[in-house]
Amino acid sequence: MIQDLDFERPISELELKIEEFKQLSNGQGKDLSKEILKLELKCARLKEETFANLSRWQRTLLARHPNRPYTLDYISYIFHNFIELHGDRLFSDDPSIVGGLAKLDDRSVLVVGQQKGRNFKEKVYRNFGMPHPEGFRKALRLFTLAEKYHLPVITLIDTPGAYPGLGAEERGQAEAIAKNLFVMAELKVPIISVIIGEGGSGGALALGVANRVLMLEYAIYSVISPEGCAAILWQDGEKAQEASEALKLTAYDLLPLKVIDEIIKEPLGGAHRNPALMAVNLQEALKAYLADLSTFNPEELVQQRHEKFRQMGVFKEL
Amino acid sequence: MWFARNKTELKKIGDNNKLDIPEGLWIKCNACKAIVYKKEVEKNSKVCPKCNYHFRISAQERIDLLTDPSTFEEVDSLLTTADPLKFKDSKRYPERVNQANKALGIREAVICGSGRLNNTLIQLCIFEFNFMGGSMGSVVGEKISRSIERAIDQHIPLAIVSCSGGARMQEGILSLMQMAKVSSCLAKFFKQGLPYISILTDPTTGGVSASLAMLGDIIIAEPGALIGFAGPRVIEQTIKQKLPEGFQRAEFLLKHGMIDMVVARRELKQTIGNIINHLGFN
Ligand SMILES: [Zn+2]
Repeated sequence: MIQDLDFERPISELELKIEEFKQLSNGQGKDLSKEILKLELKCARLKEETFANLSRWQRTLLARHPNRPYTLDYISYIFHNFIELHGDRLFSDDPSIVGGLAKLDDRSVLVVGQQKGRNFKEKVYRNFGMPHPEGFRKALRLFTLAEKYHLPVITLIDTPGAYPGLGAEERGQAEAIAKNLFVMAELKVPIISVIIGEGGSGGALALGVANRVLMLEYAIYSVISPEGCAAILWQDGEKAQEASEALKLTAYDLLPLKVIDEIIKEPLGGAHRNPALMAVNLQEALKAYLADLSTFNPEELVQQRHEKFRQMGVFKEL
Repeated sequence: MWFARNKTELKKIGDNNKLDIPEGLWIKCNACKAIVYKKEVEKNSKVCPKCNYHFRISAQERIDLLTDPSTFEEVDSLLTTADPLKFKDSKRYPERVNQANKALGIREAVICGSGRLNNTLIQLCIFEFNFMGGSMGSVVGEKISRSIERAIDQHIPLAIVSCSGGARMQEGILSLMQMAKVSSCLAKFFKQGLPYISILTDPTTGGVSASLAMLGDIIIAEPGALIGFAGPRVIEQTIKQKLPEGFQRAEFLLKHGMIDMVVARRELKQTIGNIINHLGFN
C-alpha cells in the first residue's frame, strides 16, 4: 500500500496516469507511446524539482515515511545467513531492537538496529521503535559478543527515541544508554553506524558511537524531535516545522558539522520508492568502509573512534 | 532536555523547583511549607531544619561545600558558545547565553577546576542549573572532557556534581554528541584505574543522566533529587496517567539499584572523602 505524503501526491497521480495510459495502450491497441513519453518526462522533472527543494520538515516526514524500509528490510536485502539473537540476559527481550549474526559477502558481522512496525499490530509489538533499557542492554551484550569473536559491528539506526515510560525509568533507561556509549567507545572491533530513518536523540546515539557514521540522504538525526522542541521552546507543538528548520537535523546539515562521514544517496523520490536500489547503494558503502576499517588494529580503532568524538562540538575560547 | 519553565509548570512538576531562597529574614520551605528562619537554613547548608528538604544551591555554594577553603582553582572559564546552528526561537541563542552570563557572572553551565577535598587533590566539575537549566552543549562537553583529561594527566580522582535538564537544544545534534564525547573520555579515564565519583542533585535528567551522571564508579544522590532519563511531564503525557509519589526521586533510584547511596548535604564532603580514601587516594 502506497501512503503518500502531501508533496508526493502530484507525483503519484502522474505515475498512476502513466500506468493507465500504458494499460490502455496494451489493451486496446491504441498507440499512446508519445503521450506516455511526455508524461514520463513530466513526472521525472516534477520528481527532481520536488526533491531538489525539500524543506527540513519534508525531509523529516520522509524519514518517518510509513513505506520507508526498516532495519529488518535492509538486513534481508544486504546480508545473508542472518541469525537473530535475543534477550539481554537480565530482564527480557525487547523487540524494538533486533540484532544478530550475518554475512556481508563472505564476511561474518554483527548487525543491530532499532525496528519499527509496519502495521498497527506490528507497531505495538515493536513499541514504535522506541527501546526500553533491555533493548539497549541486548545491543550491549551483542557488541561484547562481537568483540570476543573479532566481528565487525554494523548498526542501523531508526528510532523516535528511547521510550519514556514507567518501567523504562525503573529499570534505568539513563544508565542503559550511558553504558552503551561507554562500551562502544572502547570496543576493539570496527563499528559502522547508519542512520537509515529517524535518529531520535539518546535512543539513537546508544547505537551510534562508531568509527564511521553514515546517513541516508533523507534520514534525520537530532537531539530532540521537532515536535518536542516546538512544545518546549515555542510552547506550541504545532510549530514543529519551524523547530525542524532551527534544529538543522538533515544529512546535509550534519555533514559539515562532522557528525557524519558520508551521505548515502537515496533513489529519486526516497528509499521507499526503490528499496532494492537503496539497499544496493548502502551495501556498496558498507563494504567499502569495512574494507577500509579492516586495515586498522584494535588499538587504532579505539583511538580513532575516541578522537572522532573527542573533537565534536563548536565553541570559542575568549 | 532543558527548557525555560513558566511559573504554572513549575508548580505542576514538583515542589522543589524553586531556584533560590527569596529575600527576607524568614522563608517558606518548598516541601513542608513551614516558615523557617533563613539564617538557620543557611547554616544548615540550605537544608530545611524541619523536613530535611534540600534547597537547590549554586555552583559556587557547592564549591564552598565540597572543597577546603581557598583551594579551588577554576579553569576554562573563558570558553563560550559559538552558536554553531545560528539557533533562534523566540530569542536568539547568544542572547540567552548573554542574559545568563550577566545574571550569574559565569559563561557556561558548568564550572570546572581542581581543589582539595579533605586535603586530597581532585578535579571537580559542577553544573550550574541557573545557567540555561544546566544544559550540556559544546562548551559544557568540552570543559568536562578537559577536566577528565587533566585528572588522567595528574592521576587524581574526579568528581562531577550534576544538576541539569539534559542536552542543550540550541546546539542541536552537537549537544547530543557531547554525551558520546564525555563518555568516551570517561572510558579512557577508567582504564587508568582512577576513581570517578558522580554526585546527582536535583534535577539530573536527559542527556546528562544518560551519559556522565550514570557512569560513576560510585554514584551518590542528594535526598529527594529528581533523577531520570525522561522528564516527569513527558512520561505523564506518554502513559496518560499521573506518576506515583516519589517516582524518579533519589530514594526511588536507590531502591531500584541505580545508585549507591543517598547522602545528606551536610555529610556529602566527608562521605566523598572517605570513599576516595578507601579507593587508595589521599
Ligand atoms: Zn521543610
